[in-house]
Amino acid sequence: MADILVVAEHQEGVFRKTNLHTLTAANTLAALLGGEVDALVLGHGAAPVADTLAGYGVRKVLLGDDPAFARYLAVTYAAAVAQVVKEKGYGAVLAPASTFGKDFMPRLSGLLDAPLAGDIVELEKEGEAIRAKRPIYAGNAIATVELIGTPVLFTVRQTAFDAAAPSGAQAPVESVNVTADPRGTVFVSRQETKSARPELTEARVVVSAGRGIKGRENLGMIEELADALKGAIGASRAAVDAGWVPNDWQVGQTGKIVAPELYIAVGISGAIQHMAGMKDSKVIVAINKDEEAPIFQVADYGLVGDLFKAVPELVEELKRANSIQA
Amino acid sequence: MKILVTLKPVPNPDEKVKVREDGKGIVRENIKTVVNPFCEIAVEEGLRIREAHGGEVVVLTVGPRESDQQLRTALAMGADRGILVEAAGDLDSLAVAKVIAKVAAEEKPDLVLNGKQAVDDDNNQVGQILAALLSWPQATFVSKLEPDMGCRKAKATREVDGGLETIEVPLPAVITADLRLNEPRYASLPGIMKAKKKEVKLVPVASLGVDTKPKVRVLSLTPPRQRSGGRKVADVAELVSLLSNEAKIL
Ligand SMILES: Cc1cc2nc3c(=O)[nH]c(=O)nc-3n(C[C@H](O)[C@H](O)[C@H](O)COP(=O)(O)OP(=O)(O)OC[C@H]3O[C@@H](n4cnc5c(N)ncnc54)[C@H](O)[C@@H]3O)c2cc1C
Ligand SMILES: Nc1ncnc2c1ncn2[C@@H]1O[C@H](COP(=O)(O)O)[C@@H](O)[C@H]1O
Repeated sequence: MADILVVAEHQEGVFRKTNLHTLTAANTLAALLGGEVDALVLGHGAAPVADTLAGYGVRKVLLGDDPAFARYLAVTYAAAVAQVVKEKGYGAVLAPASTFGKDFMPRLSGLLDAPLAGDIVELEKEGEAIRAKRPIYAGNAIATVELIGTPVLFTVRQTAFDAAAPSGAQAPVESVNVTADPRGTVFVSRQETKSARPELTEARVVVSAGRGIKGRENLGMIEELADALKGAIGASRAAVDAGWVPNDWQVGQTGKIVAPELYIAVGISGAIQHMAGMKDSKVIVAINKDEEAPIFQVADYGLVGDLFKAVPELVEELKRANSIQA
Repeated sequence: MKILVTLKPVPNPDEKVKVREDGKGIVRENIKTVVNPFCEIAVEEGLRIREAHGGEVVVLTVGPRESDQQLRTALAMGADRGILVEAAGDLDSLAVAKVIAKVAAEEKPDLVLNGKQAVDDDNNQVGQILAALLSWPQATFVSKLEPDMGCRKAKATREVDGGLETIEVPLPAVITADLRLNEPRYASLPGIMKAKKKEVKLVPVASLGVDTKPKVRVLSLTPPRQRSGGRKVADVAELVSLLSNEAKIL
């Protein structure tokens, strides 16, 4: 089997943990098919990203450093990855199923006329054929798909593969001579969601707010609860659409997929689309005044009641418990 | 401005689907087929651009003959005409994108609007593949779109993991619509009446000379792991006690 390439995600040189989950999927694939795992970093001044990746058990890291990659753009990334894949003959390419991977990987699929399975949660081999499992219909079915042809492309659902551990060694970082023409596409600006809390997809605890919180002015209560648990904040689409929280807090089929140790849904009804993004959480708590709310069907602990009373009470209890421990 | 909007019929996303006993698909009885919600948003955006800049909105579906109904829904919203590329069976994303690319090469739109994802297969691929096949720029997951016909470019704000990102793409381009791009209108009664008279061109897929051999084949479906939820707690004190002592999470 030919070798496997992981395309690294970073933001202007800042390493993203999504890469570690993608590496685990790549290692799984290597174990099934043989071949070595390399990583590719495209950027400008992104050597630190390459150095970090080199510590996680890859054979080598390819570093394509060029002003064309100073800002991520699908048009340049897909073209450059296609070039590297063709030149070096990689048999598989993986990237995280984040908005990064979901943007350029299908474009790569089009450029290479190569099959892509998106958002995969499992990899299997049957004879010589490579198969992947991926949730469809908002997670209400798991499809087993076969990819025909080479190379095969995957975007990896982060919650389904553990983060790779440091190997204790540094793999070599090799420069590759690659560039790409943005052909008129320009990066204009970014409006970043700033938060001191843990990253939503990496947090051990996620507290999510829904339409039930009634307004932005009540977000403080949710923040206090998240802080008492050192958690991240998520939201339903309703809360995002209302403009109470930033778009990238949306959890669900079409938002972020999370699987924390503890997920607390506050004032969220539990629509199919929301549950698609959180039902693999280890423990689910729901606080909702409607005892018929579908969220209770997946909740390990359901509290039927007014969130405006329950949440402050919960914050108090947790603070008390924390102060006893401290 | 000529806008091509691609739309996919999907089972009503508000119904919880079940996997068939034989694993060959989902149970389709009693589940209505509707326009993929992201495609409705794409249609709405096309209509708004036409209303502001003039032009034509053409809607395109690759699917079985019955998909005509979902095209009519878009025509009732206000789209000008429809194209149904008749294809039996499930084509994979590459095949669908190749078919759309072929139609786009004939229609020569200034803009192709796609949904960001079809909520049945949850692929999130066709628009990006299409952009590659056409060698056009792409802007995915778009929540704000500002076309500038004079300069033949469009500014697009994209919903990305870290927040919002704005890029500018020259036209023609492929745009994929995210949830917050707009609020789609309902088809009005006169709209529905008018739609009946609008043209839907039927094109047999074989006549396009596109290679639709699958590269991604769905072998089987299985139900997801079921959670055993449903337990209620009496109050906050019990919740905290269970979280510490039973779930051992605090
Ligand atoms: C194409 C598409 C994609 C979508 N993608 C997503 C997605 O990714 N993520 C997502 O979340 N949604 C998504 N949705 C939307 C989804 O269908 C639901 O509309 C949404 O999740 C509802 O949000 P909610 O639960 O906050 O609001 P609601 O359904 O309105 O529920 C509010 C809940 O709050 C409770 N409540 C109200 N007041 C109180 C109180 N004082 N105390 C306690 N409880 C209270 C109510 O009982 C109710 O259950 C999508 C929809 C479509 C069509
Ligand atoms: N069979 C199809 N016919 C027309 N458009 C499609 C079809 N399949 C996908 N699309 C378009 O591509 C978008 C993304 O679909 P997908 O990549 O399948 O998630 C959809 O929202 C549609 O705009």
